[in-house]
Amino acid sequence: MSEPLQQMEAASKLLELKNIDLSFGGVKAISNISFDVMEGEVRAIIGPNGAGKSSLLNVINGFYHPQQGEIWFDGKQRHAMKPYQIAYQGIARTFQNIALFKGMTVLDNIMTGRFTHMHKNMFWQALWKGPAEKEEIENREFVEHIIDFLEIQAIRKTPVGRLPYGLQKRVELGRALAAQPKMLLLDEPMAGMNVEEKEDMCRFILDVNDTFGTTIVLIEHDMGVVMDIADRVVVLDYGRKIGDGTPDVVRNDQTVIDAYLGVSH
Amino acid sequence: MFYRESGDFKKTYQKDNQTFPIKFDRWRYYFVMLVAFIVVPMFLTDYMANAVMTPFLVWAIAALGLNILVGYTGQLSLGTGGFMAVGAYATYKLMTAFPGMDMVSVVLLSGLITAVVGALFGLPSLRIKGFYLAVATLAAQFFLVWLLNKVPWFYNYSASGQISAPQREMFGVIITGPHATPVAGYLFCLVFAVGLAWVARNLTRGRLGRSWMAIRDMDIAAEIIGVNPLAAKLSAFAVSSFFVGIAGSLFFSVYLGAAEVTEAFGISVSFAVLFMVIIGGLGSIFGSFIGAAFMVLMPVLLKNILVGGMGWPTDLAAHFEFIIVGGLILIFLIVEPHGLAQMARVLKEKLRLWPFPH
Ligand SMILES: Nc1ncnc2c1ncn2[C@@H]1O[C@H](COP(=O)(O)OP(=O)(O)OP(=O)(O)O)[C@@H](O)[C@H]1O
Ligand SMILES: [Mg+2]
Repeated sequence: MSEPLQQMEAASKLLELKNIDLSFGGVKAISNISFDVMEGEVRAIIGPNGAGKSSLLNVINGFYHPQQGEIWFDGKQRHAMKPYQIAYQGIARTFQNIALFKGMTVLDNIMTGRFTHMHKNMFWQALWKGPAEKEEIENREFVEHIIDFLEIQAIRKTPVGRLPYGLQKRVELGRALAAQPKMLLLDEPMAGMNVEEKEDMCRFILDVNDTFGTTIVLIEHDMGVVMDIADRVVVLDYGRKIGDGTPDVVRNDQTVIDAYLGVSH
Repeated sequence: MFYRESGDFKKTYQKDNQTFPIKFDRWRYYFVMLVAFIVVPMFLTDYMANAVMTPFLVWAIAALGLNILVGYTGQLSLGTGGFMAVGAYATYKLMTAFPGMDMVSVVLLSGLITAVVGALFGLPSLRIKGFYLAVATLAAQFFLVWLLNKVPWFYNYSASGQISAPQREMFGVIITGPHATPVAGYLFCLVFAVGLAWVARNLTRGRLGRSWMAIRDMDIAAEIIGVNPLAAKLSAFAVSSFFVGIAGSLFFSVYLGAAEVTEAFGISVSFAVLFMVIIGGLGSIFGSFIGAAFMVLMPVLLKNILVGGMGWPTDLAAHFEFIIVGGLILIFLIVEPHGLAQMARVLKEKLRLWPFPH
């Protein structure tokens, strides 16, 4: 959790955004935003509705291409890439509105998350017996660990469409985890959950961060949650960055208080 | 009481991945294979082979192919007739150009050629979806039929514009041409139907199939997981067309014997196969077979009842047939939009709990 800052200085930057500008037609969604994410930290992005938080995640995983600015990932500058190529670089995410594969079971959803780790070609797959089956079983074993970890053993074979909202969010996290990403982007993973479900989700996020060392970037509206689990926080308002630092620093920043915490738009 | 999964624990993931995880289903599958390969050929009359069994197998293969595209990948296609025509004409050209080539190779190669053509016509799917894609594939249907009709090279400049299958043998038995043995034709098609169903099952339960279904259910989420939409959609078009091409090849060489493209592979074929897939069940391999069975058996059955049983004139019966089949399709779509396969699944679930449903 809130590690001492010195320790983080020693860690390397996993992601750095430099002067990102993004607009849709006349609408400026992001203006001149720079910030970094250290390896192994939990980085939160907060801000009022429409501040540009989701757009920022979309820039990071390649759905949106910024008009200006540089993106550095894992020590290298990243050029315009397709989202599926970025998946191979080790970035996974969940969506603000659940984006599960509705017609598939929980197990198949999470197995699909293993996509970048499976390599046997169509001809082996058509044969099934042999290399393809072996690969399938190895990956199934990994997926079973995730299912145990998220405590969803009982719903393994249930089509995800039949699950309640909170469980769907959990399955979506599982699918992202299955990719064993270096960096995990979570867009409001706790929105619409009750207190218990939120606590569970917080526990999972922190466990993932602790046990696998996965770097986490998360958007969250619940300030209590953010203060509890984030190492550092970026605050956005109207597409601009208005604050950046540890939860304590951000909480006491006057601009932030005015823009977000104090008065609501 | 015998339809049970309790006491039948899966101890390995391999076992859990089986096609027929319940013992009873597995035995039933072996039983069906035994009947299809040994019992049916012993009692199969020429009429039954020609009017029912062989067309059933051919349409089942086409439905399997279309199901991969529509049911598993969510890409609506109305080009099935055109792709079957490609398979048929490829077979004709291969058979006439290479008389020494064995029929298995001819059929497989025809499938491969159709796969390439299908992937080519699948390119628009990267930009357009749903209804608009259906229209684009419709264009493919008309273009292919027009092309095969227009360029005489495809039918070897024959005056009638028809193609007809030369005689070929397998293990000394004639399977194509006017002197073919209907039962041998049935067995030849059966081998392909079973083999292709097995391939479809394998592809759809693995990595590729999951990428298809991911594209179908939520394409943006599929992309962030690493699925390249281009690769997923084109592979679906290619594999689907491979199946459909083989269906076209068998339809022409074993079933029809001779064909004219506008008659045999028109738009009504595209719709018929689409009906099979919808009635049988989208995204179900078993459903492709029952959908095909339904569409093949219904008219034969009705004809036998109306003409044979009730003594109606043939033409009146034929019209009535259309109405009844159309009506049944409507009823099915309303009662069980997920098709016959879903009905079977629900029944099975009930059976699993029977006789203590609570
Ligand atoms: N694809 C798009 N086309 C046009 N405008 C867009 C698009 N995506 C985002 N925007 C605009 O960019 C701005 C930022 O939106 P964004 O979704 O990033 O906000 P957010 O901070 O995630 O808000 P919320 O808390 O409601 O999720 C909004 O004004 C939105 O209308
Ligand atoms: Mg948002």
